[in-house]
Amino acid sequence: MSYIPTTLFDKVWDAHVVRKIEDGPDVLFIDRHFIHEVTSPVAFLGLQTRGISVMFPERTFATADHNTPTLNQHLPVEDPLSANQLKALEENTAKYGISHWGLNNPKNGIVHVVGPENGITLPGMTIVCGDSHTSTHGAFGAIAFGIGTSEVEMVLSSQCIMQPKPKKMRITINGKLGKGVAPKDVPLFILSQISASGATGYFIEFAGEVFENMSMEGRMTVCNLSIEMGARGGMIAPDETTYNYLKGREKSPKGEAWNQSLAYWQTLKTDAGAVFDAELSFHANEIEPQITYGTNPGLGTGISKNIPLANAVKDGEASYKKSLAYMGFAENEKLIGKQVDYVFLGSCTNGRIEDFRAFASIVKGRKKADNITAWLVPGSHIVEAQIKEEGILDILIEAGFSLRQPGCSACLAMNDDKIPAGKYAVSTSNRNFEGRQGPGARTLLASPLVAAAAAVTGVITDPRDLL
Amino acid sequence: MAYDTFTILKSTAVPLPIENVDTDQIIPARFLKATKREGFGNNLFRDWRYNADNTPKADFVLNNPIYSGKILVGGKNFGSGSSREHAAWAIYDYGFRCVISSFFADIFKNNALNIGILPVTVSAEFLDKIFKSIEANAAAEFEVNLLEQTVSIMATGEKESFVINGYKKHNMINGFDDIDYLQSMKEEIKSFVATTAY
Repeated sequence: MSYIPTTLFDKVWDAHVVRKIEDGPDVLFIDRHFIHEVTSPVAFLGLQTRGISVMFPERTFATADHNTPTLNQHLPVEDPLSANQLKALEENTAKYGISHWGLNNPKNGIVHVVGPENGITLPGMTIVCGDSHTSTHGAFGAIAFGIGTSEVEMVLSSQCIMQPKPKKMRITINGKLGKGVAPKDVPLFILSQISASGATGYFIEFAGEVFENMSMEGRMTVCNLSIEMGARGGMIAPDETTYNYLKGREKSPKGEAWNQSLAYWQTLKTDAGAVFDAELSFHANEIEPQITYGTNPGLGTGISKNIPLANAVKDGEASYKKSLAYMGFAENEKLIGKQVDYVFLGSCTNGRIEDFRAFASIVKGRKKADNITAWLVPGSHIVEAQIKEEGILDILIEAGFSLRQPGCSACLAMNDDKIPAGKYAVSTSNRNFEGRQGPGARTLLASPLVAAAAAVTGVITDPRDLL
Repeated sequence: MAYDTFTILKSTAVPLPIENVDTDQIIPARFLKATKREGFGNNLFRDWRYNADNTPKADFVLNNPIYSGKILVGGKNFGSGSSREHAAWAIYDYGFRCVISSFFADIFKNNALNIGILPVTVSAEFLDKIFKSIEANAAAEFEVNLLEQTVSIMATGEKESFVINGYKKHNMINGFDDIDYLQSMKEEIKSFVATTAY
């Protein structure tokens, strides 16, 4: 048999196909399934209605995150509907013997933060969750993507999902990122170039020096935002950085199993000459700190630039104008110096230790601006503990900030953390949709460095001026 | 679990000629707190449909009584964003059975198919013709024929084909779903597990 060069994506996908349906989807086996309180209750209800059970409960992991308060977590949850969802998750997981890291559990946190930090996410796995940002786990060389509740029910009942195989895209970026350019700026830059639907129908592999030189936290931020490009997910081949991150984590393989895993992981890369359906490449020196000005993540630009003209944007003119009207911005307006009201540091995009280190590096020795309300929300209790251990909390408090408790928080504003109507928030989260952070809220997506610069100056500021 | 079967749908349509209609617009996160799938239709397009004081916004299409029907017609990149199936439930619960657009986000398309809503992708030109024919006459009728995989504008007789895989088409025509299919594969799945790395 002749050698056929194969992509990383094909290697992992093909190893998980249980059955190929002619003129239909593949039946794909799922190694790990994460669930949370918002998109799982109806799936459990479905199991009950059909009289079927959970096939492999040890392959599903539950955490409560979307709907949890970020203050006073030791008290009963006030909103009866939220409390009911949390109770349903607790009861459903207990009933079927599924691991559950609920509110106040020391392992609790945002699903896409706790999976990797506990070694549940490993290279070469298929991973799904009823949440679109499941793409985050692709940073480990896993095929990871978000699913709907009917699909959650499929995975619970059969550990499989029916999926047409996506097309493959490779985005290569070589070079070295400049000072003040964070991992978040890379996907925001790609989005500004290809739009929020530029990768729909594809699964992306990110390749090149920029990603090779990134930490696992940075890679997670990149893969997290692949869904915002319309892609099913994004992945990065595992390497020494990946192995070093995984070694010693609670559920990572140990002893002889570690050596065996390592031998397998080392095969997980795209062979030279493998063919993609689409290839894009950029250079690191094109990327400066980014910020969005519109109401989808594709409407962003370099922070030193003015808002682009309508004819320079891939979205239709009507969407562009609707977007600017909602944001209260004008075509060709300068972004630097615009007043900001709120700063949100957190979410599955930027709620990890490295994000807090970056934020602290700017606010250290400075003070929070008086006009800014800042919500700093760690992605998990483990991140929270690390913030304290490393002395970052002291820096934040000295600068006039305080730390909240872990959860999705203002990223989707399902709990009380809502940005008021008309207010501007520089947010390290992933979506700037109308009303995403609260009805009428105006979101500007950016990196933790840009968020920190806004937090201490009160206006949109280039973080390179403060470093 | 069987849901509605879908063969031929002849109906008027509700136009929403906006691009990138994301799932946060279809159903905002603060309405995702239910543990059942019914009732989301009341909050479909909540913040476009109602003011902060809950009074209807007169200029939004769902508040305009001249538009009705089981077909929702949306602009390019419909259903982008969150994986929330609640968005598809809200559209279904409101009474729509088909969404037509020139481009759908992947997760939304899967979710719609999984609950018995037919997502129909047409060319940008044909989408424009559909919008124009509703603009000319709000009572204009359309026929979505899943058997023949076509959409027709009744007033002009113009017709375009759409693509759907044979497996999903069979499921929708018969009201079958993927969970039934996977339940019939359990032995095969058990044997497969023995071959996996994890």
